[in-house]
Amino acid sequence: MIREFSPADVVYMLAAARWTVALALFAMVGGGLIGMLVAVLRIVAFRPANWVARAYINLIQGTPLLGQLFVFFFGLPLLGIQVGAWEAAALSLSIYASAFFAEIWRGSLQSVSPRQWEAGAALGLTYVQRLTHVVLPQAVRIAVPPTVGFLMQLVKDTSLTALIGFIELTRASQIISAATFAPLPVYGTAAAIYFVICFSLSRLSQRLEKRSHAAR
Amino acid sequence: MPLVEISEIHKRFGTVEVLKDVSLSLDKGEIVAVIGRSGSGKSTMLRCINALERVQAGRIVVDGIDVTAPDADLNRLRQRVGMVFQSYNLFPHLTVERNVMLALRLVRKLGEDAARDIARQMVAKVGLAEKLAAYPDELSGGQQQRVAIARSLAMQPTLMLFDEITSALDPELVGEVLRVLESVAQEGMTMMLVTHEMNFAKNVADRVIFMHEGRIHEDGPARETLLEPRTAELRSFLSAVLH
Repeated sequence: MIREFSPADVVYMLAAARWTVALALFAMVGGGLIGMLVAVLRIVAFRPANWVARAYINLIQGTPLLGQLFVFFFGLPLLGIQVGAWEAAALSLSIYASAFFAEIWRGSLQSVSPRQWEAGAALGLTYVQRLTHVVLPQAVRIAVPPTVGFLMQLVKDTSLTALIGFIELTRASQIISAATFAPLPVYGTAAAIYFVICFSLSRLSQRLEKRSHAAR
Repeated sequence: MPLVEISEIHKRFGTVEVLKDVSLSLDKGEIVAVIGRSGSGKSTMLRCINALERVQAGRIVVDGIDVTAPDADLNRLRQRVGMVFQSYNLFPHLTVERNVMLALRLVRKLGEDAARDIARQMVAKVGLAEKLAAYPDELSGGQQQRVAIARSLAMQPTLMLFDEITSALDPELVGEVLRVLESVAQEGMTMMLVTHEMNFAKNVADRVIFMHEGRIHEDGPARETLLEPRTAELRSFLSAVLH
């Protein structure tokens, strides 16, 4: 039976959007932690660690997220590990994000001039002090725009998890669209919700950039 | 005992030998100008003294610390040896005051208030008291370089190294930095400066070292060495820089 697209549907979509946000947040934190580790492995003065990190980054960046989702959702049960849609989605998005964060942050760290390290060294700062008080604050400022840009990408990429049956904003829209036969208003509403989430992130990025004063 | 004792150091970058058997000693309170063509090894020698570059052979002892020992405490050494760079290298994310305070807090472990007092004194000394809250990119090159000097002096070093600190400045800004250098010299600081300012070397330095192809080619009292060079290489270098 076909029914009208109603305000109740919008409420349902907003409720589903919470899962979109939750998934993106989880991937941000999980991917951020793994990404930091990978970034460090990528630049430490130990070749085998660099190779492993590069191979990891190439593999994750070079394969589609959808494929990775399927590997975790359908592959892990074959190994006897039972995973639900949420676990598979959270895990694969975290891993996907980690490879991109690792490269963004490595680039930001390396774009701080070696002279800044030297200036710190010449003042008697230890390696860790140079890193935490001189280089990181400058690297963070450089990293904010690309990091937030990738987060927006990540928010939109969570829609792929609809394909393994995880009910987030896109999956909810599919369900309502099937029931109302009103794809345009339904997906239009979904797009508006994605936009609001991403636009908030972009504003946050601008605020963060203004707050941290560093060389352009 | 000399403050700096450099004995037979060798330094290579890849296959290029930049320092070939350089020996030199520097007494407390001495002001030495190091001159020479670019690529003659003068900056590299300076950077070896605070171990920003490590030598392949030879020995450097600064204020009783063996810089070249594999287990040398470089952070302790660098507290006693200040260095100012050609490109200022202020920390762009910190205000002038914070730039000077950072090492006082982290290295000398001073409290916030004590560090701020010293920072204000030092910045006032280089004539920039009104710029304490400014960020480096709001200052002219000359002002940035004066802050860099204040930042180094605040650590109360026993030796100051200046690596072509006026070379990146617009000509009209050189004077203000040299005047700060002169006042530091008058306080009895031991100084080693790589410079192209021959008049400054002649008038302020006690001693001039001319480097040529990785070796010390001439070493003598400043006026005498610059006015009556003994070697053809120094003569031709001087006539090139003085036009």
